[in-house]
Amino acid sequence: MATSPSIQVRVNPVSVMLEWFGELGIFVKQVLKAAFSLPFEMSEFVRQLDEVGARSLPLVALAGSAIGVVLALEARYSLVRFGAKSLLPTTIVFAVVTEMSPIITGLVVSGRVGAGIGAELAAMKVTEQIDAIEASAVDPYKLLAVTRIAACIIALPLLTLAASFCGVMMGWVTATITEPISLVHFVNSGFNGAQFKDFLAPTFKTGVYGMIIGTIACFQGMRAKGGAEGVGSAATTSVVLSSLFVILADVVLVKLIILIFP
Amino acid sequence: MQAKIDKVGKENAIDKDANPAIAIVDVHKSFGAQKVLDGVSFNINRGETLGVLGRSGTGKSVLLRIIVGLQIPDEGSATILGQNMEEATPDQLRAVRTKMGFLFQHAALYDSLTVEENVAFPLVHHRSDISKSEMRDRVEALLKEVGLEGHMNKMPSNISGGMQKRVGLARALALDPVILMLDEPTAGLDPIGSGEIDELILKLQQEHQMASIVVTHDLISAKNISTRIALLNKGKIVIEGTFADLQESKEPFVTEFLHRES
Repeated sequence: MATSPSIQVRVNPVSVMLEWFGELGIFVKQVLKAAFSLPFEMSEFVRQLDEVGARSLPLVALAGSAIGVVLALEARYSLVRFGAKSLLPTTIVFAVVTEMSPIITGLVVSGRVGAGIGAELAAMKVTEQIDAIEASAVDPYKLLAVTRIAACIIALPLLTLAASFCGVMMGWVTATITEPISLVHFVNSGFNGAQFKDFLAPTFKTGVYGMIIGTIACFQGMRAKGGAEGVGSAATTSVVLSSLFVILADVVLVKLIILIFP
Repeated sequence: MQAKIDKVGKENAIDKDANPAIAIVDVHKSFGAQKVLDGVSFNINRGETLGVLGRSGTGKSVLLRIIVGLQIPDEGSATILGQNMEEATPDQLRAVRTKMGFLFQHAALYDSLTVEENVAFPLVHHRSDISKSEMRDRVEALLKEVGLEGHMNKMPSNISGGMQKRVGLARALALDPVILMLDEPTAGLDPIGSGEIDELILKLQQEHQMASIVVTHDLISAKNISTRIALLNKGKIVIEGTFADLQESKEPFVTEFLHRES
């Protein structure tokens, strides 16, 4: 009995990864070139700032509030056991502002905005809208990628500030329900001994998260292929990869911040 | 000073009165092992319309993408308005593209913009010398020209496929192009809609005297709007001439194509 020849396609994961990084490098080069050439697409940038910043605010505020509540409950239990209950405000403020709200904001935005940008640009790619932009003699990297990446870089630190504020406030509300404490006393205790640099670097490191989220989502969206499946795949990989790189960047940035601001 | 000279030089490289406006010489293009264009050559002068016919997958749309510079041929050259597209700098490419109008197969309207914003898109990016009210007047005039006055505030998803094609055509005409490229302008339309689009294209060609290339499956449409027809098969032009030349041809593929399409 004759058998039809089978085709075996072997995909080497290392070469796929190297290819991905190579394409990402070319994409970043194109984006940098577009970013430093005039004119800047200001109206599209403002639209993206609203989309990334203002529309993410409720979710980020909710996440910040939740970590404030959880931290107040958990920390109180532990601190009471070790007789250090007076450190509760400091614990909440430092934990929320230096680590919890930056990483939670990064992950929440990578989920909401990463998927949004990835899917939007992928849909534009597969329906030839990006080709139409290019055929209209407009640089799609400048119009679509630079504006979105810049909006993410600016919006993330602002959203982190909002998450930190909500976290600290809800931490105080939770703490005061168990054992009443005035807001002024809570804030004074919480920020006692803290320096401006303790909060500046952790908050502004989220600008790097914004760059990562914007770059990866735009890259995945603009290289999408196929139809609806390609759009779905671009959205999923945007979220997965941007979350992964945000976590990796967090590890590196925390070490760097400790080294630079001992 | 040197930069100024270079800029002037680049602008001079675009000759909008160049004849032929489109010169395709021995173009080859493959995707992996699949050869889609195999030595295609033709010229199109101002006032002429070349209809490109052929079976699906014979590289008709790829040909348009090569002309607009969205794809680069493996061999051969595409010279548009005196500018070799492969050798063009980004500024030269931009200059040539502002003289071209491209109607994509599925119109490729920007789905986040209204009909008015879609048509105004090329004007916003390339005509900073005109005021907003002049721009609005121009968009109104273009929409009136394609029979869509009163639809300015609608979103692309809220209009029919035929109307989307008309909006795409209005957008393609926004910058008064010298060259008009139409990819399947009647695909997916009913016979009445197809006839209306054909009449519109004929009217626009007579008024604007552009060099046009129309890629289509629709034999009746090609007969109605083309001054010459090129029939592609397996990446090669089998015959190029008037519709009467095609009818008189004894070439087996030509007779079979005409027989099956009519």
